Amino acid sequence: MMPTIPVDPERRRQVAAAMRAVLPDRCVLADPEDTRPYECDGLAAYRQLPMVVVLPDTEEQVLAVLKVCRELHVPVVPRGAGTGLSGGAQPLADGVVISTARLNRILRVDAYSRSAVVQPGVRNLAISEAAAPLGLYYAPDPSSQIACSIGGNVAENSGGVHCLKYGLTVHNVLRVRVATIEGEMIELGGAAPDAPGLDLLAVFIGSEGMLGIVTEVTVKLVPKPAAAQVIMASFGDVASGGDAVASVIAAGIIPAGLEMMDRTSSRMVEPFVKAGYDLDAAAILLCEADGTALEVAEEIERMAAVLKEAGATALTVSRDEGERLRFWSGRKNAFPAAGRISPDYYCMDGTIPRKRLAHVLERIEQMEDTFGLRCANVFHAGDGNMHPLILFDANQPGELDRAEAFGAAILALCVEVGGTITGEHGVGVEKIDSMCVQFGARELDAFFAVKRAFDPEMLLNPNKAIPTLNRCAELGAMRVHGGALPFAHLPRF
Amino acid sequence: MQHTIERFQEQVRSAAAARRPLRIRGGGTKDWYGQRIDAAGGETAILDTRAHAGIVDYEPSELVITARCGTPLAHIEAALAERRQMLPFEPPHFGPAATLGGTVAAGLSGPRRASAGALRDFVLGVKLLDGKGEVLTFGGQVMKNVAGYDVSRLLAGSLGTLGLLLEVSVKVLPVPLAGATLRFALGEADAIRKLNEWAGQPLPLSASCWHDGVLALRLSGARAAVDAAVRALGGEPLADDARFWQDVREQRHAFFDGDAPLWRLALPPATDALALGPQLIEWGGAQRWLRAPADAEADAAAFARRMRAAATAAGGHATLFRGGDKAVGVFQPLAPAIARIHERLKAGFDPANIFNPGRMV
Repeated sequence: MMPTIPVDPERRRQVAAAMRAVLPDRCVLADPEDTRPYECDGLAAYRQLPMVVVLPDTEEQVLAVLKVCRELHVPVVPRGAGTGLSGGAQPLADGVVISTARLNRILRVDAYSRSAVVQPGVRNLAISEAAAPLGLYYAPDPSSQIACSIGGNVAENSGGVHCLKYGLTVHNVLRVRVATIEGEMIELGGAAPDAPGLDLLAVFIGSEGMLGIVTEVTVKLVPKPAAAQVIMASFGDVASGGDAVASVIAAGIIPAGLEMMDRTSSRMVEPFVKAGYDLDAAAILLCEADGTALEVAEEIERMAAVLKEAGATALTVSRDEGERLRFWSGRKNAFPAAGRISPDYYCMDGTIPRKRLAHVLERIEQMEDTFGLRCANVFHAGDGNMHPLILFDANQPGELDRAEAFGAAILALCVEVGGTITGEHGVGVEKIDSMCVQFGARELDAFFAVKRAFDPEMLLNPNKAIPTLNRCAELGAMRVHGGALPFAHLPRF
Repeated sequence: MQHTIERFQEQVRSAAAARRPLRIRGGGTKDWYGQRIDAAGGETAILDTRAHAGIVDYEPSELVITARCGTPLAHIEAALAERRQMLPFEPPHFGPAATLGGTVAAGLSGPRRASAGALRDFVLGVKLLDGKGEVLTFGGQVMKNVAGYDVSRLLAGSLGTLGLLLEVSVKVLPVPLAGATLRFALGEADAIRKLNEWAGQPLPLSASCWHDGVLALRLSGARAAVDAAVRALGGEPLADDARFWQDVREQRHAFFDGDAPLWRLALPPATDALALGPQLIEWGGAQRWLRAPADAEADAAAFARRMRAAATAAGGHATLFRGGDKAVGVFQPLAPAIARIHERLKAGFDPANIFNPGRMV
């Protein structure tokens, strides 16, 4: 855990006064009792009181805030709904938090052009709710969709259960309006395809608030499938569950959702949600089909055949919408359920090639012994995105440290098997050291070139996501060979 | 393959030292695309990628193929077809010599773009040779990855201006189980309206092409979905439709005959019919092709202004796609703040400005 740094009261007065000169009083929070709710995001183990919090109402105010930050050289941390899990919105003691909470209007929902224009503070689920009367919805559905904001989704390139078939945020956002730290409004992407020039929209999405402040988002809406049904399949061992996933894909089926839970997870959630899970199964696979009723029937039949062939010990197909939602409820509630059986849990997020699943789960099981902690596994099986939940008790001396070390070891394992240290939660402050495991000096250097192209003074969410070479070298994880380190002659330590 | 990369590195380093531009070139099938490379009066050396070829890894059950830049696109598609998979963005080849690297660098997508997504949506990872001659790796072979900035997608469609794509990993999808193409006699305005209405319904649309009073609509998906859509939509079935869509993709359709400059308007799909002359309309209304009068050399600039004004008014942009006088500007000019970001990115990846300089401007 990082130590909390005290805020300099004199500097706070100066910055708050400058902000009040450009914003209404109610939009500026500077007293610790007001800024306390902003001291962390969903990664609550890391806390830091911000110097000042601002909540602009308009795009003009966002630009005005950035101007003050530029002039006073104050770093800026953007914050959506604060549901991020990697500390991407963690404040800085000498920095301003700019919250998009008040930029929360749905500006337009249009059936004919199948798109919605919304402000960044609009909740993910609210977009689909607004589009529902038109028979449309916004496909990316992170588990936190009831609370998380679209601006945060853009920052993290969030996914969810649907993204195997319908894509991530990057596939479903058409355009963003961005206030640059240099004080200009730019538009990336557009309602027309293939905006001229380099694809800056693609690099902006998932940039963790380090390249600009989003003030408006145009999202793609897609037709709501007429029907959906889910198969719950049991497997006697995790490996055959993993192989079944590969068989479904190899059979040419792209399910609308394909999720796996291990026995620890299903036993953890069943008493809580009563989903009817097979508690004897080593792994449960949830396979969803969506489309027209005929299409769903056809796909369910094909999936069932493949799953049986792959050694499923039991198959249940949801008979109605209530049962479908109940089957999903356990998967969607795995995190809160972990909170009920363990004082604390640490949710990891890494992605692996699906074929390495059995190997990875076996290694995680060995790590449970090494680190002396339990780990439950829920898994976006369709796209290889794992969410091991490490259970621990922060009141037991050393357990948090062990949980963090366990997590880092899992991420290193993900990289080792050809995957990545984060599939959808972002790097933030949480995984910044693991970046040194995945990337070398040259790539980090290139990331900084991207960062400087948007933010030459490095004021936007500094020290998140992209570690300095210095940091990696101190960690001892940087693979530096001979002349591979750029500007090797410069002193760094 | 290591020695090929070393050869590329030598070529890049000596070009950088001499500040001499390099034209990155695969099969040369898209040489005509983009702005002329700015060689500042000197010669442009060619960096030929074709020796760096071959599929590195293909796992059908992972839905990912990784191949070297010089691999012929036709080889990739044949390997995928053997496992009943495909490149979902249906890239145009514009000639049998097209390579994977050139395809990704050009960033062009084909008929399935409106329903499946663009080329960049399917790029998962790249290995890049930058302007300093260093090999960098971004992204990977997994579908969900938010570690670091998504440089792989930034490179898709970058026209080789940031570096040489040595290797690319692309997401693939199963070939749909069933398909059909329907033809409707519809005027331009009605066709655009219908396309936008249909796109809001759960129909298995996978391509559209309107020209000269006829709308062709392709359906792909599960047998039940295609059959139901055929019943619901009516229209005349088109036999041998694979050939038809390939001709649209490769611009072998009669509309593309001749040497008249070809303009591409990319628009919000719901944009009403534009009274700009005969058009071929794809992507549910989002991509509209126009021919400039071939004999109006003097009016090229005026025509370009008309295209740009019409596209901008509709919220889109216009490209002088092929032929014509590039002096009028191939691409729609960028807003100054965005142009500045481009310049810094270029300087970051290619500090000596050797890769295809000016081609994207």
